[in-house]
Amino acid sequence: MEEKRGSVQAGAFEQVVLPHLDAAYNLARWLVRNTHDAEDVVQEAYLRAFKFFGGYEGGDARAWVLKIVRNTSYTFLEKNRPADLSEEFDEKVHTGTAEQLGAEAALVQTADTRMVREALNELPVNFREVLVLRELEGMSYKEIAEMIGKPIGTVMSGLARGRTQLRDRLLQMRPEVRSNVPRDLPGDLPNKEEQRGLRK
Amino acid sequence: MACENNERLLPAYFDGELDVVRSIEFEEHLKTCPQCAEDLSDLQAMRSSVQSANLYKRAPESLRSRIRAALPAEARPQPIPMPRRRTFEWLAVAAATLIAVVLGAKMLPNIGSEKQNLIAEEIVASHIRSLQPGHLYDVESTDQHTVKPWFDGKLDFAPPVINLADQGFPLIGGRLDYVGHRNVAALVYQRQKHFINVFVWPEDSKPAEMPQVQAIQGYNLVFWSHNGMYFCAASDLNLAELRQFTQLLER
Repeated sequence: MEEKRGSVQAGAFEQVVLPHLDAAYNLARWLVRNTHDAEDVVQEAYLRAFKFFGGYEGGDARAWVLKIVRNTSYTFLEKNRPADLSEEFDEKVHTGTAEQLGAEAALVQTADTRMVREALNELPVNFREVLVLRELEGMSYKEIAEMIGKPIGTVMSGLARGRTQLRDRLLQMRPEVRSNVPRDLPGDLPNKEEQRGLRK
Repeated sequence: MACENNERLLPAYFDGELDVVRSIEFEEHLKTCPQCAEDLSDLQAMRSSVQSANLYKRAPESLRSRIRAALPAEARPQPIPMPRRRTFEWLAVAAATLIAVVLGAKMLPNIGSEKQNLIAEEIVASHIRSLQPGHLYDVESTDQHTVKPWFDGKLDFAPPVINLADQGFPLIGGRLDYVGHRNVAALVYQRQKHFINVFVWPEDSKPAEMPQVQAIQGYNLVFWSHNGMYFCAASDLNLAELRQFTQLLER
């Protein structure tokens, strides 16, 4: 297919890869947990993507870009914040009790924007990333498995544990379930607020 | 006591990883298993709060320019007629899908009366056509109080219109459509990158014995009656999320 060969050339890069910039930035932002670092990571990932664009053989361009963004993010974390990668979630401390679980549905419904953001931001990176890819990017188990280079079973258990831990974090943030709490409208919070969810 | 389906089937259903047959089987199980039903609603509540928390971080415009500037000159757009070609390919795919749908439906063994299949076929065809550029809505609005009055005088009934943005299914518009030899209302909702068309018409002109769920060429259809109206939701969204959506509409 000479047509395709042609489109794989540099000229197509911007039209094939740049449209996925939002997805790339979103993933990087949730992995490195800082807006400024995320921008640097994405820029570097895009330069790498450009370099490897000759090896892109068509198919899901978003998955292809995100894989590079993910690798670049991990490299960044290894270099700059290795502790983020070894973070373990203490399940003994954080596991909810049976009574708490009953209140869970009510709780997560009253959880506000900031709480959900912080709770997700605090999850260990391996659970955070599968949740972001599934819930925000809408990717299937298979797509996620290919992206992170792990079997589907690992994706499923990561999602299950990530969801449990997200719930437990929300429970901890608000042990008493209050009803009739007006929920923040999406987009209501100013951008500065995002900083609060960040690690020091 | 934990149900044995809890660990694998429930999340797979919730994440739309089961095919339609197994989804329906699992929905049967849900009716008799309060544990799974409760866990499912917990998962749905969690997903709703994640969806409505606006967690998706879009790239700032400055980053886009920065990357453009950093790329070597040959990466800048060349006069390749990509968008047009894409549209054309897209149309070809849509046309092929339509033909496949029609052929597929024709070859289906008797899964119900002719009429049901005709309606379902028409709905899938309308859904696909609505996704072509410029066909999605006649009135574009996320405000139910704009969309609902828009139908005044265009239909002989008033379709119920609610926005489910807080639950992660924002209303994005409405249009007139034609299904089963009558004008119907089509309400357009969005779930992440998926569109959902909800076709609404009075119950008295619905065909008898419609199925509850149907899958045609990758599109899921859910049918139901409520307050004298007949509804069909059509989408490429997985059945679990589409069900969650239709349950919210039924409230």
